[in-house]
Amino acid sequence: MENHLIQVTLSNGLKVLLKEIRTAPIISSWLWYRVGSRDEVQGRTGISHWVEHMQFKGTEQFPANVLDKAISREGGTWNAMTYLDWTAYFETMPADKIDLALRLEADRMVNSRFNEEEVASERTVIISEREGNENEPLFLLGEAIQQTAFRIHPYHHEVIGDMTDLRTMTRDDLYTHYRTFYVPNNAVLALAGDFDLPSMLARIQELFEKIPAGPEPTRIARPEPAQNGEVRLSVEGPGATTYVQVCYRFPSATHPDFFPLSVLDSLLAGPSNLNMFGGGISNKTSRLYRALVDKQLAVSVHGGAQATIDPFLYTITMTIHPRRRPEDALAALDTELLRLKEEKVTKEEIVRAIKQARAIFAYGSENITNQAFWLGYAEMFAKYEWFLTYLDKLSMVTAKDIQRVANEYFKPQSRVVGTYVPQGGEE
Amino acid sequence: MVKSALPGPDNIYREVLPNGITVVARSNFNSPSVVVTGFFEAGAIFDPDEKLGLADFVTSALMRGTRKRSFDTIYHKLESVGASLGFNTGVHKSGFNGRSLVEDLPLLLELLSEALMQPAFPKPEIEKLHAQILTSLAIRAEDTADMASMTFDAILFKGHPYSRPEDGYPETIKRITRDDLVKFHRAHYGPRGMVIAVVGAVKPEEAVRQVQRALGGWQVKGQREAPELPPLKRLKKMVSKHHRIRGKSQSDLVIGTNGPMRRDSDFMPAMLGNNILGQFGMMGRIGDVVREKSGLAYYAYSSLSAGIGPGSWEVSAGVNPQNVKKASDLIVTELTRFVQEGVTEDELADSKANFIGRLPLSLESNGGMANALLNIERHNLGLDYYLRYEDLVNEVTREDVLNTARRFIDPDRLAIAVAGP
Repeated sequence: MENHLIQVTLSNGLKVLLKEIRTAPIISSWLWYRVGSRDEVQGRTGISHWVEHMQFKGTEQFPANVLDKAISREGGTWNAMTYLDWTAYFETMPADKIDLALRLEADRMVNSRFNEEEVASERTVIISEREGNENEPLFLLGEAIQQTAFRIHPYHHEVIGDMTDLRTMTRDDLYTHYRTFYVPNNAVLALAGDFDLPSMLARIQELFEKIPAGPEPTRIARPEPAQNGEVRLSVEGPGATTYVQVCYRFPSATHPDFFPLSVLDSLLAGPSNLNMFGGGISNKTSRLYRALVDKQLAVSVHGGAQATIDPFLYTITMTIHPRRRPEDALAALDTELLRLKEEKVTKEEIVRAIKQARAIFAYGSENITNQAFWLGYAEMFAKYEWFLTYLDKLSMVTAKDIQRVANEYFKPQSRVVGTYVPQGGEE
Repeated sequence: MVKSALPGPDNIYREVLPNGITVVARSNFNSPSVVVTGFFEAGAIFDPDEKLGLADFVTSALMRGTRKRSFDTIYHKLESVGASLGFNTGVHKSGFNGRSLVEDLPLLLELLSEALMQPAFPKPEIEKLHAQILTSLAIRAEDTADMASMTFDAILFKGHPYSRPEDGYPETIKRITRDDLVKFHRAHYGPRGMVIAVVGAVKPEEAVRQVQRALGGWQVKGQREAPELPPLKRLKKMVSKHHRIRGKSQSDLVIGTNGPMRRDSDFMPAMLGNNILGQFGMMGRIGDVVREKSGLAYYAYSSLSAGIGPGSWEVSAGVNPQNVKKASDLIVTELTRFVQEGVTEDELADSKANFIGRLPLSLESNGGMANALLNIERHNLGLDYYLRYEDLVNEVTREDVLNTARRFIDPDRLAIAVAGP
């Protein structure tokens, strides 16, 4: 099986990545914009996510009720997502129908209407989305931790935004944000699947190259200063279950330490699955599971980090055993972290982490949507080569590297420890 | 999609082993991975009321240690090669789901066979599991969507086994002992009725040979037959119930009624109709009214749950506690319109195109293909089902959809469940 890839930048700055995969009569198309909650100021938090919602409200050519039916009628699946650093729209369609997705995306890159009434009705939908999130203890805890960990950097608020801003933002705020960031020179279009490379590229040029480039969006440049001292916080809410989250500073995805830390994550908390579609594996022989769940201090433990542009967080989440105290679980966690700092991990553990990563990659490659996802996703924080060389970079990690990064990143004075303290609930 | 890419008699390899296990296999050499998934006849239907959750407890405990290996050794083997294997419980059947790189298929099958045939239910592990299950039930009790759904089932299936949650209640879980697990396993686990699908980078004959080696020797005398389902009593009036959960920002709402069985001739008209009602585009007519026009909910959709026995047809939405009545009225109005007017020719054509067009996508991954093969086996649809699928969809008429809707949905006799403040 031979795959073909091209990467080009159109004259208006739109970066295009195309990967021909002839395994099924399917094409997946992803349009990525470099805009997310990192581009939001106080008063307009959640605006990127709201703009994403408005992109489904129609243009002159594709009014809302036409747009949502058109893709479904052709047997396609589509969705969008907004994150810290990016906003992405995808359509996965039968190969002979993909032109519809391309026409739609080219159109709504510039022509979305942001009709006042649609803004009003979407406001309550998004407030409802946030209320649904607030039902979850881990959302409440995560939000409190994030705003504590980031005082300066815009990573300090949740992607969904603060309720007060969702109530007050205006149609013009949203439209300005759209026009500022939805320009071809701030976007990446990535397709994978059953197509012929030259003719697909020609069609993309025909549809997208006429869209004029815009001014380069300005970015908020407010790096978070070092944290000098552990912060502990608690959130109270309904329920009967106590959760503890421990967050350490994690480097950006392009930092060389990202790779030894990924191996460390794998053996500490089980391999993180960076695939959007593809599935992961269990973590029952990870060091933390053995130390916390096997020892009945917690009933579950998970850890993981995200690939981000700026340094974000490594988060360990423990669901505390009903008969134990959170302090006991935290002490056991600290013992495990100390062990990583003091003793070198074995060669076998590293080999194992690499094999796990290789398997997760194989599962992800069963799926064309996931392959197209990676083409653009990697571009949001690095280059596609980051993904292509990921396994090689993991393979070069040594026990010494892991010990060094354990000491450097897992410092008690740069962590935030949050506890969800349940106050009872069900009557 | 070219028909040769669809699963059919020419490319599904099917073999019944001498001990009764049915193996279905199909190759996919596009990725070096493989999926092993299947079901067997040890569902929650066998649970006594006072020990509800027993079947589920047993499946959760299968991998906690076998006669040959400890919990830690089992997972060390699996996780070291990036493989996964898990069990689940339904009302009629329990099942398993595993995946690995194809080089590790023998290991995956070996661990599957040990877990099924020789679980040891080690006491310390069972104690740990006990606490884990109770915690998950405590979390469930705080989940408005889970509780609305449970409340709905309790109304719709009152007095029927389908009213019971497979994972039980805290008081029933507390009664379950290690001895119960051992006895349940002895009485209900066996090869009869088991189906295994293997899909991935392995030749089907080789897949069957490996399954035969791992599970072909399994023999069980006196494996129990499942009890007959009692007849279902339809609702005689509107029944509403509000399950209170304090301190939540959002309530979940489930409104609905009975639906067809998977093998009913009504199934396809109901599916196509349901797509129009609450799925197509942005969640169909329900999404349009509740989300797009009224801005009341982030999600509002309808779904059909059709299995071996009588199913359900339900509309779900998450709304602000103050808007429960408003949303509920809008949904009942839509259901009324659906049974009075039915669907339009255009809507039906769209719905059909959607079903036919999305089929290749659902069969793309090994997991998707394996599920399709199991679906054929579970409901006896015939190996050519996916080749006939387009015709089955196309032959449904507007009248079929209307008659089906009227047969099941009576807007004056609905179950309405709410969970929230």
